[in-house]
Amino acid sequence: MSEPAPAGSDREADRAMHGATHGAPNGVAVETRGLRKEFGALVAVQGLDLTIRRGEVFGMLGPNGSGKTTTIRMLCGLMQPTAGTARVVGHEVTTEAEAIRRKIGYMSQRYGLYDDLTVEENARFYATVYGLHGRERTARLDAHLSELGFDSRRRQIAGTLSGGWKQRLALACATAHRPEMLFLDEPTAGVDPAARRRFWETIYELAGRGTTILVTTHYMDEAERCQRLAFLSRGHLIGIGTPAEITRQFNEPTIEDVFITLQRKDEAPV
Amino acid sequence: MSPWRRLRESRFWPMLWKEFIQMRRDRLTLGMMTVLPAVQLLLFGYAIQTDVRHLPTVVLDESRSVESRRLTQTLENTDVFTVVGEVPTAEALRSAIESGRANAALVIPPDYETRIARGVPARAQLVVDAADPQSSAAALSGAQLAAQARGVEITSERLGGVPIEPPIDLAVRPWYNPAQRSAVFIVPGVIGVLLTITMTLITSTAVVRERERGTLEQLIVTPIDKPSLMLGKLVPFMLVGYVQMAVVMGLGSLIFDIPIVGSLWLLTLLTAAFIFASLGVGLLISTVARTQAQAMQLSFFFMLPNILLSGYIFPRAAMPEPAQWIGLLLPLTFFLRILRGILLKGIGMAHLWQDSLVLVAFAVVLLAISVRRFTKTIE
Ligand SMILES: Nc1ncnc2c1ncn2[C@@H]1O[C@H](COP(=O)(O)OP(=O)(O)O)[C@@H](O)[C@H]1O
Ligand SMILES: [Mg+2]
Repeated sequence: MSEPAPAGSDREADRAMHGATHGAPNGVAVETRGLRKEFGALVAVQGLDLTIRRGEVFGMLGPNGSGKTTTIRMLCGLMQPTAGTARVVGHEVTTEAEAIRRKIGYMSQRYGLYDDLTVEENARFYATVYGLHGRERTARLDAHLSELGFDSRRRQIAGTLSGGWKQRLALACATAHRPEMLFLDEPTAGVDPAARRRFWETIYELAGRGTTILVTTHYMDEAERCQRLAFLSRGHLIGIGTPAEITRQFNEPTIEDVFITLQRKDEAPV
Repeated sequence: MSPWRRLRESRFWPMLWKEFIQMRRDRLTLGMMTVLPAVQLLLFGYAIQTDVRHLPTVVLDESRSVESRRLTQTLENTDVFTVVGEVPTAEALRSAIESGRANAALVIPPDYETRIARGVPARAQLVVDAADPQSSAAALSGAQLAAQARGVEITSERLGGVPIEPPIDLAVRPWYNPAQRSAVFIVPGVIGVLLTITMTLITSTAVVRERERGTLEQLIVTPIDKPSLMLGKLVPFMLVGYVQMAVVMGLGSLIFDIPIVGSLWLLTLLTAAFIFASLGVGLLISTVARTQAQAMQLSFFFMLPNILLSGYIFPRAAMPEPAQWIGLLLPLTFFLRILRGILLKGIGMAHLWQDSLVLVAFAVVLLAISVRRFTKTIE
């Protein structure tokens, strides 16, 4: 990134280069080795070895408290791991959090919207914080908001939006800067089925453009839409693979059955 | 990137823009900016009257003479006492004071006039309800004044009406507040107290709110740098502080006729240091408080020593030493000296540089500590 160029085109050129020329070593979006997080006596994540390929839609499943949010927070540079290493979009999380932040988008469980700002103001705020300015920002926001169906709601106060629209707005805010990788933490919790379907269509569109996606969910139908899945229980990995591989490997009819069996096994007294 | 472009594209601007929009939509902040200063000013300006006048007084006059009536009159002329009635007996006197009908009582014994006539010292008594030390101090000096005045008159009459010059005339000249109104002392302090409460309260609740709603977590994963985040959040609050100060000074000079003698530029400049110190306290509170309610409680808790120990109402010189030391830990103590110095005395940096230096040190240290604590991600 040496030549002065508009921020957007710069980033795209950069991504094209990584995708094509340096395909092999950079075909990995996330790689963790022995990742661990303790909160006092509680071990929230332990010995996590995870590899996510670029452009993949990767699902993370696990009961409440299994460490999904903590894992995502470490990958986004929000929390320092207690031990282990993690590389995200080519950077070390412990030392290069700033570089990672420019390249990723994050939608937290709580959406992170300002309830007292309008739809447009929220989107504009996050776009500017992500470094978009002037005409490029205006054009990008206009396209983005209308793509997501916000045309008639741009001036609505975000706090008055329904759950489904809030979720869409949070997605808009997390993707206006066209991140290489998107972290979605329970994005569809408390959202009606129609909104969930629309949301997943958007996810696939983003993936189709080359965005790597890590999504956590409790819904089995959503799990089956992922290219690969990881099962977490009590902070560690208990299974990983494509939905088909997983059902075959564990000899269960559905993902849900695998999930319940694995969890029961993991929690059984030894 | 050129410095100009770097400034233009700084992430400070979106943060500032967002804070202003939120502030404009938040009735509470707007109210804090305008209504609170007015209410505080009127409350403290009128309610705090340290100058005691018109103590309700009863008289037990057993002399019932011309002399005893003249003594009562002289006492009333001091303006410290207002006679509200006569009492027939010592029991009636006690009950008048116990019931609170009177705060003072003048007792004139039967031989008062005859002793004056015989040329021996006449005795009278002034009983004061000293539960309130401020009233009793005023009564003490008022009574002495009255006795002295009447004494001089009597001596002069004995000498055949020759006016007497007292051998010593110690004239007291109350500078800076010639009418000795407490409002003049209190109102500049209202600015300092108001800024303390508003700055700590707004900052701590605003930051805790972002944490509660999850927007702080969202902000931290964006590429926003910490100085932009903090400054963008704090600068609008600084503006709130200056608006409050303008409201208090405007109303103060309109209603209470508070003099503004010194340089407003200097005051504006030094106020910045005080505001930053208070914002630092607010940030510090936000790193401890888990909820907005806790942030509010802590802010009010911080308020107490400020009101009591900074010299806002009670003079620091009159406090026991440990209380004075605690006062030295409060930025308000130093800011009050600056406020009164500039507004009432019109003094400049030549006399204020020490207080100013301490204030700047407070601002730097408090902000440094709170920013350090704040930036430790979200854990
Ligand atoms: N900041 C924190 N401090 C202490 N404990 C935490 C913190 N965050 C999460 N935990 C604990 O770590 C465990 C994993 O939590 P989390 O990652 O949120 O699980 P999930 O997202 O899978 O529901 C839980 O037991 C939770 O209580
Ligand atoms: Mg979670």
